[in-house]
Amino acid sequence: MVEFGGWEMPVEYTGITQEHLAVRSAAGLFDVSHMGEIEIAGKDALAAVQSIFCNDAAALQPGDAQYSAILTDQGTFVDDVVVYRLRGDHFLVVVNAANVIKDYNWIAERLAAFGDAVAMDASSRYALLAVQGPAAQGIVQPLTGVELASLKHYSFAHGEIANVLGTISRTGYTGEDGFEIFVPPKQADRVWQAILASGQPAGLIPCGLGARDTLRLEAGMRLYGSDIDETTTALEAGLGWIVAGPRRAQMAAGLTRKLVGFELTDPGIARHGYDVYVDGVAAGKVTSGTQTPTIRKSIGMAYLPIAKTGAGSEFEIDIRGRRARARVVPLPFYTRAK
Amino acid sequence: MTYPTTFKYTKDHEWVEIAGDRGRIGITDYAQKQLGDVVYVDLPAVGTRLTQGQSFGTIESVKAVSELYSPVSGEVVEVNDALKSKPEQVNADPHGSWLIAVKLSNAGEAGGLLDSSRYADLVK
Repeated sequence: MVEFGGWEMPVEYTGITQEHLAVRSAAGLFDVSHMGEIEIAGKDALAAVQSIFCNDAAALQPGDAQYSAILTDQGTFVDDVVVYRLRGDHFLVVVNAANVIKDYNWIAERLAAFGDAVAMDASSRYALLAVQGPAAQGIVQPLTGVELASLKHYSFAHGEIANVLGTISRTGYTGEDGFEIFVPPKQADRVWQAILASGQPAGLIPCGLGARDTLRLEAGMRLYGSDIDETTTALEAGLGWIVAGPRRAQMAAGLTRKLVGFELTDPGIARHGYDVYVDGVAAGKVTSGTQTPTIRKSIGMAYLPIAKTGAGSEFEIDIRGRRARARVVPLPFYTRAK
Repeated sequence: MTYPTTFKYTKDHEWVEIAGDRGRIGITDYAQKQLGDVVYVDLPAVGTRLTQGQSFGTIESVKAVSELYSPVSGEVVEVNDALKSKPEQVNADPHGSWLIAVKLSNAGEAGGLLDSSRYADLVK
């Protein structure tokens, strides 16, 4: 068990590699209740959300979810989030565990400018379970009346699951099909057990933080605190697509570095914080790195000077005193077959 | 898993199996469990001289990287290159997966190491 954002969480149940491969080939069950939930409601909620978060919330119908972020005036990340439009005038924002208080304060300060809009930190009202993998729909469907086949990627529905009233969202952080299920914390254990039982014949196993990290990295998904933070902009992070309106073009001016995916061509694992050298000169840091269980390559992400970010560009990483060669490869490292 | 009585152990969770003036060195079952899935082992070249307690390489799992410390002084005479392509062998068979073999330069040192029952107590 490790401390993570104020929560005690398992790094692994049966082993990171086994858990990772289960999600790619069958399914895995994650307890991600550490994630925070902030609700924003009121007649002017849409205007507030549209102003505070960078993606286009007006594009959301009730029942839709959207990857978005809170950006500083400089375009750097206060947090990356998923915005759910519960009703026309009611939004739920899922935020990173370590950022709940910072985000809430940020939102609350800015809400005053919008007449009828209030924010509430609702994190303690939700447990969040993620069922991820190609077998996810077959595992969850017998437990709920919600018709999952008609639930599109990045949409959600309210309903009963294992006789508990909750919300089922077709979202995740693994690069696989799957669901994130919001239920009251008191009933979370019952839902967890029901999913485990339903999934066992299909090969579902419980998964910890370790597999969550290797899965999201293979899928090229950014991790707040590692790949993105208040010193990196959305455009540098390759997330310009979540910045709506004229702001994206404004931020594009003066871009000097970008986040890339890389493969090590020498042995070893390049880990978070290791120095990157381009043509022998220190040029940045590795933000994430691991040995990927699916393709068994040593992969990672790093910020590089923009002239060196083309696929195939070569650079070096200092692995505890040894210079290992690396090569830029396109993100994501893994894309599921559709 | 039981700890072989013919091995000697360090508090850093390495083992050494001494036969004559040679010692084979590996990591314990406890160590591999703590590390989780081993994906990479970085070992020294044959001919490297080690003193007791000196780092001779690293072992990496998906979770973490860990230094390897030599239980004894001596010269590296063999390296288990099979582990380069199959590092997961360390998880599957930690007490059979030796990393390096050294020619001992101070046979008396091994007396200061832990025997199997004391090591088993340490990690209980």
